[in-house]
Amino acid sequence: MDSIADARASIWPEPGLTRVPFALYTDPAIYARERERLFMGPTWNYLALEGEIPNPGDFKATFVGDVPVIVARDGEGAIHAFENRCAHRGALVCLERFGNARALTCVYHAWSYDLEGRLKGVAFQNGVKGAGGMPPEFRRDEYRLRPLKVERFAGLVFGSFDPAAPPIAGYLGPAIAERVRRVLPRAPKVLGYFTQVLRNNWKLYIENVKDSYHASILHLFFTTFRLNRLNQTGGIIVDESGGHHVSYSKIGKNADGGEYEAAALRADSSFGLKDPTLLSGRDEFGDGITVQILTVFPTLVLQQINNCLAVRQILPKGLDRAEIVWTYYGFADDDAELTAMRLKQANMVGPAGYISMEDGAVGAFVQRALPGTGAASSVVMMGGHGAESQPTRATETSIRGFWKAYRALMGV
Amino acid sequence: MAPPADNLAAGLAVSGLLADYAACIDADALERWPDFFTEDCVYRITSAYNYARNLPVGIIHAENRRMLEDRVAALRKANIYEKQGYRHIVSVPRIGRREGVLVEAEAGFLVVRITGEGESLLFATGRYVDRVDFSGERPRFAAKIVVLDSDKVDTLLAIPL
Repeated sequence: MDSIADARASIWPEPGLTRVPFALYTDPAIYARERERLFMGPTWNYLALEGEIPNPGDFKATFVGDVPVIVARDGEGAIHAFENRCAHRGALVCLERFGNARALTCVYHAWSYDLEGRLKGVAFQNGVKGAGGMPPEFRRDEYRLRPLKVERFAGLVFGSFDPAAPPIAGYLGPAIAERVRRVLPRAPKVLGYFTQVLRNNWKLYIENVKDSYHASILHLFFTTFRLNRLNQTGGIIVDESGGHHVSYSKIGKNADGGEYEAAALRADSSFGLKDPTLLSGRDEFGDGITVQILTVFPTLVLQQINNCLAVRQILPKGLDRAEIVWTYYGFADDDAELTAMRLKQANMVGPAGYISMEDGAVGAFVQRALPGTGAASSVVMMGGHGAESQPTRATETSIRGFWKAYRALMGV
Repeated sequence: MAPPADNLAAGLAVSGLLADYAACIDADALERWPDFFTEDCVYRITSAYNYARNLPVGIIHAENRRMLEDRVAALRKANIYEKQGYRHIVSVPRIGRREGVLVEAEAGFLVVRITGEGESLLFATGRYVDRVDFSGERPRFAAKIVVLDSDKVDTLLAIPL
């Protein structure tokens, strides 16, 4: 396996970041290496919102990459994560998405684990009527569900398979950390879930999220309805590793230097929408930023589109399939008007989103065209060659940043 | 139109409405789709998971007929998606509460998506949780909650269900 992936290193066409070999989306050896080096390596992966498992015994079954994991809260309120795979014969231990239990018991042979993943019970360990059972050298404390390191940040629970993963705050860096806190200033409240199935490699979606170049070209909703985005400015922040980014748009201040203009994405007077209240919003974070798309390497997206807030967890499901798990949220102290705004604005995102339904399909347009690419590469040159922060969105800098971080960890 | 006098009459009337509704979408006559709803209708597509837990967000969330008209305009003029069509199979509705001009009904559905490449693939199953208003010259949906059995949506949901 390694020899194939090492051979890939030699076909990366040049040392810089402006070319991306198409084989990265089709090579099974690369997919296996991503699991080993990225998802089970020194990265931090989103597992849950703290509020999804508020009580002792609460658990959630999710994935890191395509590896099934469980995140659970123990009797003292501490959060643990471990693989969702029985130490005995390898069956899934948790079959439900969410639940509450004092112990987690595998249905296959009833091996049971505590909420830290430690093996506590083995059915018929001493045999039946003196016959059978485990040999005397078998010790329960030598077995457990493989643990992940866990850290919490701004109400998010992250896990890492690598005990040497750096602290989460350092992993994010100050600029990204500040903008994670910006959209999670207090405990979030879940408004609902949807999962969008993508017929493409997971990286094509991550690149799409980081691609500010396509936004006004592929997504015609705003231009078609002549929705005035006022005097918006924006930019891209890329962290030092390259792997995390923030893309934002901001409403300029009024000429008198006073308040931010209200109703950030309001339609102009000749609106083409029959119900322009779709875009009525509130400057809830008080900084005039109307859109903030943030990624945490490798697969977490935090989205603020006006007042529509969501966590998107990207899960690889094989070379040419991935899922976006959308978790829409607000806050417990939202008034009814703000909740209504969030629900209306949710029409813009998700599988039927006015400005994001295309993103669900465009990755598959690439995937379906991959046969025949051979040693060819895609071109990522907008905005130069580097992966630095830039005061414009007509750039592919954060895509290059992704590949910078990817190559460093993958060794390709 | 007088409200149906009993469940049998209500079942027939709602069946007819559902048949016309499904035929309208399947014939790609989306410009007529909003006309199946009252002016202050609610239309929402959600999942059984969200619905059972009162999680309010929708894949599509409309609070009046104008939002449905905007949805059709966006599909026709703005959104980019591959050519596709639906085939609805809708069950006989179960009639719930009847109160004045309003009738509650539920029907199961199955939607096959016919892709641009000509494949017919099962796209969605679920139930319509409807409130039908009989006060006008013909029955219209005052509320239609499309409750998907699964919360997984393949690629995108462009055409309404």
